[in-house]
Amino acid sequence: MADVSHPADDSPPASERGISRRLVETLVSLLLLGVSALALWDSYGRGAGWDNGPENGFFPARVAWILAIAAVATLWSALRREESVFVTYGQLRLVAQVFVPLFLYVLAIAFVGIYVASALFLVLFMVMLGSFRWWQTVLAAVLTPLIIFWVFELQFRVPLPKGPIEAMLGY
Amino acid sequence: MDDLNQLLLGFQVALTWQNVLFMVVGVLLGIVVGVLPGLGGPNGVAILLPLTFGMDPTSAIILLSSIYWGALFGGAITSILFNIPGEAWSVATTFDGYPMAQQGRAGEALTAAFTASFIGALSGVVLITFVAPLVAKFALRFGPAEFFGVFFLTFCSFIGMGRENKAKIVASLALGFLLAAVGLDTISGDLRLTFGSPELMKGFDFLVVVIGLFGVSEILLTIEEGLHFKGKRAAIDLAVVLRTWATLPRYWATLIRSSVVGMWMGVTPGGAIAASFMGYGLAKRFSRRPDAFGRGEVEGVLAPETAAHAAGTSALLPMLALGIPGSATAAVLLGGLMIWGLQPGPLLFVEKKEFVWGLIASMYLGNVAGLLIVLATVPVFAAIMRIPFALVAPIILVVCAIGAFTVESSRFDIWLMLAFGIVGYVFKKLDYPLAPLVLALVLGDRAEDAFRQALLGSGGDLSVFFSNGLVSTLMILALLLLFWGPLGDIRRLVARKIGLGREAPLAP
Repeated sequence: MADVSHPADDSPPASERGISRRLVETLVSLLLLGVSALALWDSYGRGAGWDNGPENGFFPARVAWILAIAAVATLWSALRREESVFVTYGQLRLVAQVFVPLFLYVLAIAFVGIYVASALFLVLFMVMLGSFRWWQTVLAAVLTPLIIFWVFELQFRVPLPKGPIEAMLGY
Repeated sequence: MDDLNQLLLGFQVALTWQNVLFMVVGVLLGIVVGVLPGLGGPNGVAILLPLTFGMDPTSAIILLSSIYWGALFGGAITSILFNIPGEAWSVATTFDGYPMAQQGRAGEALTAAFTASFIGALSGVVLITFVAPLVAKFALRFGPAEFFGVFFLTFCSFIGMGRENKAKIVASLALGFLLAAVGLDTISGDLRLTFGSPELMKGFDFLVVVIGLFGVSEILLTIEEGLHFKGKRAAIDLAVVLRTWATLPRYWATLIRSSVVGMWMGVTPGGAIAASFMGYGLAKRFSRRPDAFGRGEVEGVLAPETAAHAAGTSALLPMLALGIPGSATAAVLLGGLMIWGLQPGPLLFVEKKEFVWGLIASMYLGNVAGLLIVLATVPVFAAIMRIPFALVAPIILVVCAIGAFTVESSRFDIWLMLAFGIVGYVFKKLDYPLAPLVLALVLGDRAEDAFRQALLGSGGDLSVFFSNGLVSTLMILALLLLFWGPLGDIRRLVARKIGLGREAPLAP
């Protein structure tokens, strides 16, 4: 799908440097092999045989064998494919600009709750990637958590993770 | 006749003011979901699913399926005005839709796309109305072995009919099965594949996986492209709509052809994406002026849209009648049914008549409402695309995180969402298909249960899967589908080898 939805004229020139696609294909195949090995180890440990019908490891073990075969096949074709770029370093920087704040956001949820974390995330994201006036950023960072609070806690009564600040306010 | 009475009853259920309100809200939300990058049918529905836990199941599924209709309509807006397919199945719509917009015929293209969507979806709903009850009635005779046969058929047709690398489809399916197996085993009561981790005991919830795979990864892919929207302006007025509608009867053959292709591809899990390309390809082949395609031909908008939406809608047929979803979105809706305590499958038509026919009736109403709403609100939604990405993206990600959390009120699930976001990003870039993974994750346990129950019944004898005509037919059909693609590949390979052999002596 990825090739279809991104027309060729947008893609960077072939000369641009980046991470090798063959490398990533190989890594993913090896990871899938690892997953199947884990599943096989677990299933055979509990019994994947036939004891008046399949034991509870039977099905996962067979699936894991199939996964292993498929992974070997993708590994084989990965090693034989022509070299191309999986992601250029420029693109990777852009992706990291989204991913790092997102990672920090999920980390922050554990400490300050989802509302404060969301506000901080919006500020970080908008300052890093956008060119907004300061009041636009503040407005978005304040309004979004308030709307979420109204919809989830007040209207649908779905509790979301909260931190010390909400506790101070009595929630 | 009985079914028609049921349908009328269904309209009574669907036409309460409350459900109509949910329908309108759903369609509007759906269009937003369809227009925004990073949100689409499956994860739009997945994110909102937890909100509906407290609702009456009929209202809940009307809301969610309306979101789906809205998302189907919304995808066309971005394809035509911005040359950005909001959904993979709208890719073929850009071929002629965007050139039309460039020529200042955006209104015409949008009207054609929406109407085609409507016709496609409607043909799918009619199919469901008349065929689903029959299939369900037939499937009431199914035992575990037959059900496993149907599951097996579904998985095999994914492998056989998929356009991606076969090994990657198989890997994606198998990974989904393994993820589904994690946690408590319902038959033996053992914990499987948890490796002693308490977080893994409850298993992987498919909603969390879907939000990560489709939502988070899509944002990462979108930013990678370095977003710059250059949209065409669109104004739709009644005159344009009526003028376009007047030309439509001319294309009756295309509309019917695409509807049939779509219905077929939707029921067998070929999917809306394949259907839209096939609809486009067929329309071009049968056209009297194939050269005009790709340069702003109305038929090039009508054909893929009709097919995609006929497929998207028909995908709900096997979900309702057999409990087997034909698409990722149908899989999410099916997961919803299970959460609301409804057991999807043929018994649903007997035990929950009101629910089933209310849903089917709401499909008719939802599509009519969708068409009217989308025609009236295009300028508003086109304006959404002008909101800077740096504001839209974090809000979408916040909504994704909330969606992942609310499924089980588990903070660990937010981390899982993040992890599956990376998996989705890498898989999409490497052309691993995601739909088989989701499908296997949703169906994995039930397929395994059917398999084991069948074997428990037969005392461990595998011949139970070939014990009667019905189950043998299903299994043989499945194996045929499984090997159809590879056999074709081998034949082509052999043909090419022979071809090369002939050419070689000619080379100097």
